[in-house]
Amino acid sequence: MPTLERVSTKETRIGAGLGILKGMLVTFKHLFRAPFTVPYPEKRLPLPRRFRGYEFVWSRERCTVCLTCAKACPHGVIRIQSRLAPPESQWQAEKFEIDIGLCIFCGLCVESCPYDAIFMGTQFELANYQRGGLVRGIEKIQYNPATSRASDYSEHPPLEPGRLLLPKQ
Amino acid sequence: MELRTQPFMVNIGPQHPSTHGVFRLRVIFDGETIVDLEPVFGYLHRGLEKLGEGRTYTQCLTLTDRQDYLSAMNNNLAYVLAVEKLGGIPVPPQATQVRVLVSELQRIASHLFAIGAFINDLGAFFSPFMYMLREREKITDLFEMLCGQRLTHNFLRIGGLSHDLPPEFMPALRALIDSMPRFIDEYDQLLSDNEIIWARSKGVGVLPRDLAINASASGPVLRGSGVAWDLRQADPYLNYPQFQFDIPIGANGDAYDRFRVRLEEMRQSVRIIKQAMESLPGGPVMTPDVNLALRLPKGEAYAHVESPRGELGYYLVSDGSINPYRFKVRAPSFINLTTLRELCLGWKLADAIVILGSIDIVLGEVDR
Amino acid sequence: MWDTITNLLPLVGAALHDFLYGFLPGWLAYLLLGFIFIVILLVSILNTVLAFIWLERRGISRFQVRLGPDRVGPMGLLQPIADAVKLMTKEDIVPAGGDRAVHYLAAVLVFVPALLVFAVLPFAPGVVFADLNIGILYIIAIGSVGVIGVFMGGWASNNKYSLMGAMRAVAQMVSYEVPMVLSVIGVVMVAQSLSLEHIVQAQELPFILLQPLGFFIYFAAASAELNRTPMDLLEAESEIIAGYHVEYSGMKFALFFLAEYANALAVSIIVSTLFLGGWKLPLVPPYIALPLKIFAVFGLMLWIRSTLPRLRVDQLMGFAWKGLLPIALLNIFITGGELLIFKGYPSWLALVNIPLAALILFIWSRLFTIKIRATATSARPAPSARNV
Ligand code: SF4
Ligand code: SF4
Repeated sequence: MPTLERVSTKETRIGAGLGILKGMLVTFKHLFRAPFTVPYPEKRLPLPRRFRGYEFVWSRERCTVCLTCAKACPHGVIRIQSRLAPPESQWQAEKFEIDIGLCIFCGLCVESCPYDAIFMGTQFELANYQRGGLVRGIEKIQYNPATSRASDYSEHPPLEPGRLLLPKQ
Repeated sequence: MELRTQPFMVNIGPQHPSTHGVFRLRVIFDGETIVDLEPVFGYLHRGLEKLGEGRTYTQCLTLTDRQDYLSAMNNNLAYVLAVEKLGGIPVPPQATQVRVLVSELQRIASHLFAIGAFINDLGAFFSPFMYMLREREKITDLFEMLCGQRLTHNFLRIGGLSHDLPPEFMPALRALIDSMPRFIDEYDQLLSDNEIIWARSKGVGVLPRDLAINASASGPVLRGSGVAWDLRQADPYLNYPQFQFDIPIGANGDAYDRFRVRLEEMRQSVRIIKQAMESLPGGPVMTPDVNLALRLPKGEAYAHVESPRGELGYYLVSDGSINPYRFKVRAPSFINLTTLRELCLGWKLADAIVILGSIDIVLGEVDR
Repeated sequence: MWDTITNLLPLVGAALHDFLYGFLPGWLAYLLLGFIFIVILLVSILNTVLAFIWLERRGISRFQVRLGPDRVGPMGLLQPIADAVKLMTKEDIVPAGGDRAVHYLAAVLVFVPALLVFAVLPFAPGVVFADLNIGILYIIAIGSVGVIGVFMGGWASNNKYSLMGAMRAVAQMVSYEVPMVLSVIGVVMVAQSLSLEHIVQAQELPFILLQPLGFFIYFAAASAELNRTPMDLLEAESEIIAGYHVEYSGMKFALFFLAEYANALAVSIIVSTLFLGGWKLPLVPPYIALPLKIFAVFGLMLWIRSTLPRLRVDQLMGFAWKGLLPIALLNIFITGGELLIFKGYPSWLALVNIPLAALILFIWSRLFTIKIRATATSARPAPSARNV
């Protein structure tokens, strides 16, 4: 049995400005509260550990070029070309491109990777002067201990043990 | 001397500050009074229903985020419910409970936005809107903690959730829920008795009970007209029957009632979240072995949830392949919008804006 | 010593006067003096207007718990200047089919009266550009010229939204002129003078206490004239986008914008002068007291703007004709009666007038109701949107 609650009455007589005064009191109180916005480029809000962001991190060592990520992607953003690398006759990625311009940061590729080889990034400033600059190839996304900032979204084992990706909140 | 007068037509939109997106109203005015009105939409049409037919069931999830982007969680939910119904996929209890949590949080966030935009349509200079965004911001922060995104969450999965709650989530949620009633009271104090809001929205755009039902309106639009119809109680899904909450309904069916219904619903959502927080069962959040390229048995299924805007339904037909054969959405704000002409006729330009704001449409959902 | 401090402005003026007349022929000194004073006045007005714009943006952002513009200069102080530079370098667009000449003229016609008002406003004892003995009449007369510019702008833009804004402007400004004038009459009756200088001198007690109803009516009507919320129908952003100046850009838009804030400044000064005792404040020199009051009045406007939604056009008219006008008449009647009975206007009447004003406002507001009209569900004869 649904329980009801009436939110209004048929009363149509308006008050004597007291409602307005009540409202003005509320805005007056807000005059003394700290602003909730931050001056962005100088001050940044902390990112959560699971942030799904820009600049995927991809590990050549772990990737077996199984193409699961490319198939999982709802928009066909990931383009992979593979070849047999000579010494151990292993499949290696020759081309691994992610077109950020089409990517919707859904995280499905990262979740689906069976070998924990691809990670979401933690950046969000993706402005670029050319469309071509949005297509990130191997050299951009390949894991580099100095510059790569992977997110903990997929909860894959980190590429370097002991290295926390983002400080815990 | 007799002046010759002539009604004139104005295009409100597609670029207009208060059409909530790219929406166009062709209005014929006699002075400032609306003589006729025709909504024109489709400016945001992306063919999501058709796109869904070419994607796997998991990939379709990302499309649902983008229907009603102000309540992505509820859209995810309705879709996964439909898939789970069709495939008979079980969901672990922890996942079910978390789904309740997030869909109620999303309801609060969406209603905050709706009320803020509504008051802005009434002509307030952004203050109430800012206060509401401040709270909504905290909720999007929570969602970001859960799944890494603020707007298009893609958090729910067929058969569960993508992640369990992170350890830092519960304290943050508790802090939010403890402070929320105070803020809602403050909004109440700021807005509910304001004489100007009364004058502008009481009696404006009255949607009579029978018209509301005949137009198959749902959500706060229907409840504002005094019909106590809430799918969470009328056709319970998840574990809503376990929770205590009231259905707020309006007396007159005007814009003010719709606004008040939303305000009260936030209180009720806080109540539900409080109860759901206390009884989290724990355990796994994902049914194992849900294939990425899921094949559902031949058949069809319709699942609906009470989204912040009304009855949101997903209708799926499967032909046994990895893609849905038909991917149909019952978009609540699209259907609520059908009453717009009746509500606006005879009112002034300013009222049309208010009525449109009180229906609370999201163009992503209307146009799909 | 104290006299020197309080009378600093007139003393400087007198010194300048003596200096110029000392070595120049009389007519030249007169012209030069007038020119110098005009420049000083204009510069200080425009600077205050810029300060107002900054204050509005920063102040409202504080009401809205956000930071406000903080990029240009310390605390965003240079923001209005940056805006001005931006507006000056922008392209000036006249819509096709618009009336070019009228489009130009409108911006000027709005801006000039906004500045002319300042000629009679007293800034300190003896510091007034033109001490007209009918100062109030002059203010009211000049104040209503601006509406012509607004209407011209709306008409010349060849835009339906502008036209609606212009129609609203005429309706609104004409209606609010009436209660505004009537509310000032109460003050004039008490002060027994039309000269602003004398009105200030007459205020042993600020007239807001003696004429609370007059203050309320004047403030309401003035915010309608200034088209500030809750009566900013002319440029109702959520309805008609920017109203009458939707088709203006560049410097012409800047003129509208400046005029709006110059008017706000003028109204702040007028309210301070008529109701708050002008430059008078115990222990504070006049050139500090008046700015304090001006910013207080402007702060009140900001506060109102950041809280209230907007009235509808018919409600606005109703408020003027059914709400303010009768109360204003009542106010004149009461003031006149009191003057007759007491042969003067003793200060203790404040104790009577404030409760009386509250009572009148309360009773009057209870007379207003909202009609809840059923929606017509039957098809009504209406021209189809497609055929027009
Ligand atoms: S799914 Fe993982 S292992 Fe397979 S190709 Fe993609 S990144 Fe490499
Ligand atoms: S995040 Fe989503 S859209 Fe982007 S590459 Fe991965 S699967 Fe494709």
